[in-house]
Amino acid sequence: MRRGIAASALVAALAVSLAACGSNGSGSSSASGPVTITYWDTSNATNEAPNYQAVVQKFEAANPTIKVNFVNVPFDQAQNKLQTAMSSKGAPDVFRSDVGWTAAFAKGGYLTPLDGTAALPNAGVFQPSLIKQAQYQGKTYGVPLVTDTLGLLYNKALFAKAGITAAPTTWDELKADAATVKDKTGVDGFEMRAGDGYYAMPLLFGEGSDMVDAANKKITVNSPEAVKAINTYQSLFTAPGTVKADITSDGYAHMMDAFNSGKVAAIINGPWEITNIYKGSAFTDHTNLGIAAVPAGSTGKAGAPTGGHNIAVYAGSDAAHQAAAEKFAAFMTSADSESFIAEKNSTLPTRSDAFTADVKSDPGIAGFQQILSSAQPRPALPEYASLFTSLGTNLAQVATGQKGVQAGLDATAQDYAKILPDFAKQ
Amino acid sequence: MAALAQRLKLSYSKYWYAYAMVAPVVIVLGVLVAYPLGRGIYLTLTDANSLNVGHTVGVNHIPDTFTFVGLHNYSDILFGPGSYDRFWSHFVWTIEWTVLCVTLTVGTGLGLALLLNQKLRGRTAYRMLLVVPWAVPTFVTVFSWRLMLADGGLVNTLLGSLHLPQPSWLEDPLAQKTAAILVNTWCGVPFMMLSLLGGLQSIPAELYEAAEMDGASAWQQFRHVTLPGLRSVSSTVVLLGVIWTFNQFAIIYLLFGMNAPDVQILVTWAYQLGFGQQPRDYAQSASYGIILLSILIVFTGFYQRWLKRNDQTAI
Repeated sequence: MRRGIAASALVAALAVSLAACGSNGSGSSSASGPVTITYWDTSNATNEAPNYQAVVQKFEAANPTIKVNFVNVPFDQAQNKLQTAMSSKGAPDVFRSDVGWTAAFAKGGYLTPLDGTAALPNAGVFQPSLIKQAQYQGKTYGVPLVTDTLGLLYNKALFAKAGITAAPTTWDELKADAATVKDKTGVDGFEMRAGDGYYAMPLLFGEGSDMVDAANKKITVNSPEAVKAINTYQSLFTAPGTVKADITSDGYAHMMDAFNSGKVAAIINGPWEITNIYKGSAFTDHTNLGIAAVPAGSTGKAGAPTGGHNIAVYAGSDAAHQAAAEKFAAFMTSADSESFIAEKNSTLPTRSDAFTADVKSDPGIAGFQQILSSAQPRPALPEYASLFTSLGTNLAQVATGQKGVQAGLDATAQDYAKILPDFAKQ
Repeated sequence: MAALAQRLKLSYSKYWYAYAMVAPVVIVLGVLVAYPLGRGIYLTLTDANSLNVGHTVGVNHIPDTFTFVGLHNYSDILFGPGSYDRFWSHFVWTIEWTVLCVTLTVGTGLGLALLLNQKLRGRTAYRMLLVVPWAVPTFVTVFSWRLMLADGGLVNTLLGSLHLPQPSWLEDPLAQKTAAILVNTWCGVPFMMLSLLGGLQSIPAELYEAAEMDGASAWQQFRHVTLPGLRSVSSTVVLLGVIWTFNQFAIIYLLFGMNAPDVQILVTWAYQLGFGQQPRDYAQSASYGIILLSILIVFTGFYQRWLKRNDQTAI
């Protein structure tokens, strides 16, 4: 008898200790019943996300059989979180993917090709270059949602106070203007974002260089042209009137606070910050914000990276969820939705029919639309987005003067050789 | 052989009960500890990263393409090109960090414990106050420090008003290291203080009375009564302190983020390789983990032997 009790106690103990977690499927749904899809939004939570949420609500109203679970994920963590979720569990059915991630995710097999699906009923209306960068091996894996580039944002009032009439067009002019602003107004003239590879791209492009030469399979990040570009970059933290490098975790926020409150006269940034800038004390008059192309390097040509976001659909969801996600992607990138988002967020639409009169009259959009011509297309290289990590880390040390320019770029090239083993080194 | 089998059989029929009771724990530990550890060791012998590890997504099946490379990861970390920057600089800093932090936390904790062991009014209130840094969630403490140590923050404003130099605590490598040690000491002292206070209270008062009768000075009492009486507690907290500080992830990660290669200790560096970059380098990250584990195992072994020789037990 006692043995029986002991044995059953043992069985119970084993059962408790080995309680298996039941696998939670993503809700059983027949094709007719309501489907709930999860959408990961990576936009700025305070300025941009509420407007995307408004579009999502319109979608739910138009499609009563589909519910959307809207989740905002901070942009700087999103790539990592997506990578983790998509290779195990808990991935969203549809998400806002940075243009730099799309090819890499497609190469990993995480995304559904969208050609000929409900997501992309008419690829012809989008800017061809944007469709091209959403493609991997001839298939389209994302629907272009917004596009952007970097520009020189400046405080017109401070420039006028310093007696400067036109925006600088070269880095040397920018440095001269920064010194003048500091002299005449006492306010810092220019702040460069330190330790972030993306913001150093205009300097590389300005010398006709890039991190890698994808066409000729060469690592060019430590070429003489790139060294020249990064020497200029380093001088942007030490020249009179410029702000010293801020590589702390809060560096970006510090830069934006200083610009928005009129403590810095010029920065390099993209249209996604415009709504935020308009809230700043220095820009209660929206026309005070000047937008110009990024300064040019010694080649005389200005160049900035092409950024932006696509809507991508996860390949791991079941058919019903994928169908709903494709419908959702088409709705998010429709002309009406894109115009609405453009008016609210001052970001640029990706299709010509979304540029309504109202959208064109937004000063932020008008300003950035003019400088889109200097945006350089991204090379079709899935690893391209992985190249910014090492560049950013080394540039942080270059910006603060802990490392020489050549040493920093050589270290970057060494890291690139691991990511791109078949590329030639300098 | 037969005798052994006989013995086993006998012990089984006699103690099957005990085996059955221990089995669940053994199984759970095996699943939670042994399997990941084994998998980790296996990964260190390959060149696995986020690009070549297979996975199945819906209809797409991506096969594993990583290869077995033997001990290459270890040799590359320890002696490969750039190994000073990638490993040895972090290793030296990790050792410095551990020694300095443990010395500071135990020293300060002992000082405060001695103070609080006196009969003074409001002793309980002081104790409560001194536990606060430990009771507050780490990220709150660290973010508060991050605000105070920023360029225009409280610390530099104070230093400036005293006309002292104002280091950039969160950017300059040497200042970063100082700031990290400062914040970790702030978080680590309360635990040391409480443990040592408990130890102090367990020393019989008669010993002090006897020492006083023999005419021992305060310093002699401390040397020959307090320290020996504390030894069993202090040896344990030192060992715990070393292990915790060595693997202190949160403070460094939260204080400096990812753009501060000089101040990364081995643990945060391994995290950066495995999760903080694209592509994720699983193999190298796992190798760092195994190297860390080996260092700690060797240290603990020596520490135990040293304690045994001095006839003290840590655990």
